[in-house]
Amino acid sequence: MPPLLDIQDLRIHFHTRDGVVRAVDGVSLQVEAGEVAGIVGESGSGKSVTAASLLGLVPMPPGRIAGGRAWFDGTDLLRLTGRELNGYRGKRISMIFQDPMTSLNPYLRISTQLIEPLEIHEGLRGKRALHRAIDALESVGIADAAKRIHAYPHEFSGGMRQRVMIAMALITKPDLVIADEPTTALDVTVQKQVLEVMRRLQRETGTAVLFITHDLALVHEMCDSVTVMYAGRVVESASAAMLATGPRHAYTRGLYRSNPAGAGKGCALYSIPGSPPDPARLPGGCAFRERNTLGDADQCLADHRPELVEIAPGHHVQDCPGCLAPSQD
Amino acid sequence: MLELRNIVKTFRQGRESLRAVDDVSLTIGAGRILGLVGESGCGKSTLSRIIMQLLPPDAGRVRLGEVELTALPRRDVRRHCLDFQMVFQDPYASLNPRFTVFSTLAEALRRRHPQLKGSELHDRVAAWLETVGLPPRHMRRYPHEFSGGQRQRIAIARALAPEPRVVIADEPVSALDVSIQSQILNLLGRLQAELGLTMLFISHDLAVVRHVSDTIAVMHRGRIVEQGGAEQVFTDPRDPYTRQLLDAVPVLPRVPIR
Repeated sequence: MPPLLDIQDLRIHFHTRDGVVRAVDGVSLQVEAGEVAGIVGESGSGKSVTAASLLGLVPMPPGRIAGGRAWFDGTDLLRLTGRELNGYRGKRISMIFQDPMTSLNPYLRISTQLIEPLEIHEGLRGKRALHRAIDALESVGIADAAKRIHAYPHEFSGGMRQRVMIAMALITKPDLVIADEPTTALDVTVQKQVLEVMRRLQRETGTAVLFITHDLALVHEMCDSVTVMYAGRVVESASAAMLATGPRHAYTRGLYRSNPAGAGKGCALYSIPGSPPDPARLPGGCAFRERNTLGDADQCLADHRPELVEIAPGHHVQDCPGCLAPSQD
Repeated sequence: MLELRNIVKTFRQGRESLRAVDDVSLTIGAGRILGLVGESGCGKSTLSRIIMQLLPPDAGRVRLGEVELTALPRRDVRRHCLDFQMVFQDPYASLNPRFTVFSTLAEALRRRHPQLKGSELHDRVAAWLETVGLPPRHMRRYPHEFSGGQRQRIAIARALAPEPRVVIADEPVSALDVSIQSQILNLLGRLQAELGLTMLFISHDLAVVRHVSDTIAVMHRGRIVEQGGAEQVFTDPRDPYTRQLLDAVPVLPRVPIR
């Protein structure tokens, strides 16, 4: 069976005063039906832009889809008009954003906002729509849903609002939910509850999730497969289980190594030196070369960009000899 | 070095009142780092404002070294303001965008030593930049020319320049990317060792707190529910809330790294 979502060689450029920013520079990734696929990366790695492009949410201009395909069930999402996309947005693909305060309309009751997708995509109205909305609110663990559905967003706490967002994203039973840092704004104990709700509903409904985060630990908790992005490109991708047996790229290894939980008190943490390259001035060769201290920077490609190769079944990594070189220590 | 005894702070709004800090006692020894952990609304920011002398407590005592600050008249408290400095979460918002790094650090230095000027001031600014791992030749640059991690280094230098006796770092690495976080944590560890920094390190991230702190206090609904050595709180938490907090943290599996 072909994957539910198949992104191939996606390129997204932003035209700015500083020149062309290649925010996404040849990204390929797949999401299988019913799986939770994670994208992990730092700010500026291109993970959010990749996701936003699928639903036509990249502002154009200054953005431009410079190339690539995003096959979703036989259709290339990147070539749909806004009107055609409306048939997918909120119906077959929905999105959960980081900040539930700004993604819910403060002027509208929760009920209005939950019912809207049902009216648009299923033509459901009145009592029947309201009952579906109440069920959805109950499913995300909001007590007294029949009454609270008539509240306004400000009457809910941050965690509750994010549950509302999850209910809204799942109410039309989409095939794919894109969750962009869905718990980053929440406290840890609330994050745990919200993630449990997401995981449970994902299993019950069989919805696939594209889970975007900067938190490597969260990826291992939530995801079946992991794609690591750096400077607009995929550096490594594998199943979460496979990645846990040994990351290969120097950047991925650096991310695991710099986690403070793994280091003893008092001893210095491993840290990746420097900062990510300016996306308007990406080097011609390996983008990680200057920060590569776990591999062998001298061997990093200088003249062309490393391509993604399959080094073990299902385990892809950028083919840069310097970044694949074993650690010196 | 810093001692808080039975601090209480209540906020009133109309008929409702909220006890934001409820009988809190804490001690930070000289050259030590106390990690303060808690979720939003637990009262940790109110507590830090009380320590900073920005907010008078309703009851309780704050003592810095030999001086009991809560017993001093308001006017005299201000003389001790320099003894407390803060590092904030967002290095994009906490530096004045119209000041060069030099002006920012010069101003901080001259608060303690108003007579500093000329080449001596220049040298002191350069020395601080070097201490926090920035090239001194960048001192004429503006904040926007630096990355988030570099700005946080500038903010740390600004906090240390007036020679405070206690530094309060409120979520100093939460806004930074993972690969930058560890750089700043290492810097703080090095400064503690080299300068004998006394610090209150406030964070919601338990792994980070565990790594930097000597002792940890867990705050919940205005109260300190648990306090102890960093390792002890982690490996043998006594309070149910601490356990719940530890339980909620996603854990990165240990991974063999070649």
